[in-house]
Amino acid sequence: MYRYDEFDHAFVKARVAEFRDQVERRLAGDITEDQFKPLRLMNGVYLQLHAYMLRIAIPYGTLSSRKLRMLAHIARTYDKGYGHFTTRQNLQFHWPALRDIPQILEDLASVEMHCIQTSGNCIRNVTADHLAGAAADEVADPRPYAEILRQWSSLHPEFSFLPRKFKIAVTAAERDRAAVQVYDIGLHLKKDAAGRLGFTVYVGGGLGRTPILARKIRDFLPEEDLLSYTTAILRVYNLYGRRDNKWKARIKILVHELGAEAFAAQVEKEFAELREGELKLPEKDLRAIQAYFAPPALPARPEGDALVVREAAADPGFAAWLKRNIHTHKNPDYASVTVSLKGIGEVPGDISADQMDAVADLAEAYACDEVRVSHEQNLILPHVARADLKVVYDKLVEVGLATPNAGLVTDIICCPGLDYCALANARSIPVAQQIALRFADLARQEEIGDLKIKMSGCINACGHHHVGHIGILGVEKKGAELYQVTLGGSGDENATLGEIIGRGFGPDEIVDAVETIVETYLSLRQDKNEDFLAAYRRLGPAPFKEALYGSEAKAA
Amino acid sequence: MKLLAANRLIDGVAVWLGPDGTWVEDITKAEIVRDKEGEAKLEKLGQEAVAKNIVLDIELIDVEIVNGALRPLRLRERIRAMGPSIHPEIGKQATKRSVSLV
Repeated sequence: MYRYDEFDHAFVKARVAEFRDQVERRLAGDITEDQFKPLRLMNGVYLQLHAYMLRIAIPYGTLSSRKLRMLAHIARTYDKGYGHFTTRQNLQFHWPALRDIPQILEDLASVEMHCIQTSGNCIRNVTADHLAGAAADEVADPRPYAEILRQWSSLHPEFSFLPRKFKIAVTAAERDRAAVQVYDIGLHLKKDAAGRLGFTVYVGGGLGRTPILARKIRDFLPEEDLLSYTTAILRVYNLYGRRDNKWKARIKILVHELGAEAFAAQVEKEFAELREGELKLPEKDLRAIQAYFAPPALPARPEGDALVVREAAADPGFAAWLKRNIHTHKNPDYASVTVSLKGIGEVPGDISADQMDAVADLAEAYACDEVRVSHEQNLILPHVARADLKVVYDKLVEVGLATPNAGLVTDIICCPGLDYCALANARSIPVAQQIALRFADLARQEEIGDLKIKMSGCINACGHHHVGHIGILGVEKKGAELYQVTLGGSGDENATLGEIIGRGFGPDEIVDAVETIVETYLSLRQDKNEDFLAAYRRLGPAPFKEALYGSEAKAA
Repeated sequence: MKLLAANRLIDGVAVWLGPDGTWVEDITKAEIVRDKEGEAKLEKLGQEAVAKNIVLDIELIDVEIVNGALRPLRLRERIRAMGPSIHPEIGKQATKRSVSLV
């Protein structure tokens, strides 16, 4: 894991001191809210319905037990005993008092964390595949590149006041687990024919009010050109991106209006100027950053194979969990574990301080001291010996974190919605809870198979509803909550945007509607191997419309 | 009928303007006005409180009285008055149950 050097420590410490002074001046009335708001946003402090909200950056979703314990400490000491992991691999606290935030930032700095650039029109926290460094299918660990981007983009003078916020995601496996095609820049690390590392570059993806999938503007960018090419993209955006209309200011609009080819040509022109300059990554620096992410020493644990078989036979709960919550590791003696934050009827992505401590203990004892946050709002223990899976499972059961539902219908992505968020138009969490309760039966979930439901409480789409196999968007209509359904979306390497299926559903209808969609799939799939998304792609929307709206659909 | 909502500067807690010019944490204790004149008065007091750095984001919200109980018209404001609907043990609803979420 990356460790702060002296410069990083001094930089974050100075920033905490600066914000402490700003808060003091604000509370003393020396500066107005208009003056203070941009300053607090630069430090991740929002104002929501009930209180302030503090968004903490978790670079590329990587945590250590020490960091996670500090988050637990903050939850207990300054908040209400829990936190919320987001689709951007960050953590949000929903109840901090402004007067306490400087001290929270100081506590965070002591474990090399901060809230810088978790808001504002700058380059936000860089995300990555949550299985980075562990997955059997990756070409290399994508996190060193995410870290290089983090260092380069932190307080970047040229890119601190962009037309709008800017998000970068990096993945390194054929299976895209980082949703790179819905990012402003999506980087897909791969090897060329000569075995050199480089990136396929996607640009101009995004969800929100105008969902657009990213366009590929380069097949292969050598790794040493990462910063010069990214700078070229940002320069073109900074120059031509719209500042007159907030809703048209994201890079996706520029790429769309200019056309991907014309946009790429501008980038290439800028890149030609920059390519051989100071932004070219020196081999030595690249390797130095990579050294921070060196794979952990994983002693041989071949006894795991036999043990797991025996333990699974003796404990059906463990067997069910193995089936869903384990991912293949590079090292055959090891596995990556999904710690589900989607307990049936619980709040998706929420975790209590005690649970944070428990996961930290497990990471320290059994997972090389690493924890990851997935954009699907679960935690991952990336390196667990298969021989230790049962003990890890048993301990997760004790703290209510062993729900065996990764990738199933109850593993729902869900934004905080109107229960907390000042931007939301409808509640999302209660709907997610009701759907999970409706499908609580595990045998039924397994029968349904892989199915991603994603839900947002407003058009800004923090819950990624456009790329849900079933997407749900909460809106306000005539003062009441209404839920629009999209079908067929996907955020993986074959990304697609979901299609609106028809008129929306009231809060009392939406769970039934989801069940109707699922039952329609079950009745029409070719066999169990055809998952929901594949079936939808084959069948199209018609049978689902028919099932949902009957004669109404025919008339339309 | 309207009343004035805001968040308290120091901790962000949702508050409403009370009848004696103080800011109350219980929406049922807020001052309700029924005409433009009353609204202008609340807004003026609110702006003064903003200028004094007591509250921020002041907003007049619509309310009604249903069966003798105060009810903000928008769900957003009802949730704000009570706390997250998913956590009955958290927020204002933990101690005050005078506003119906439904």
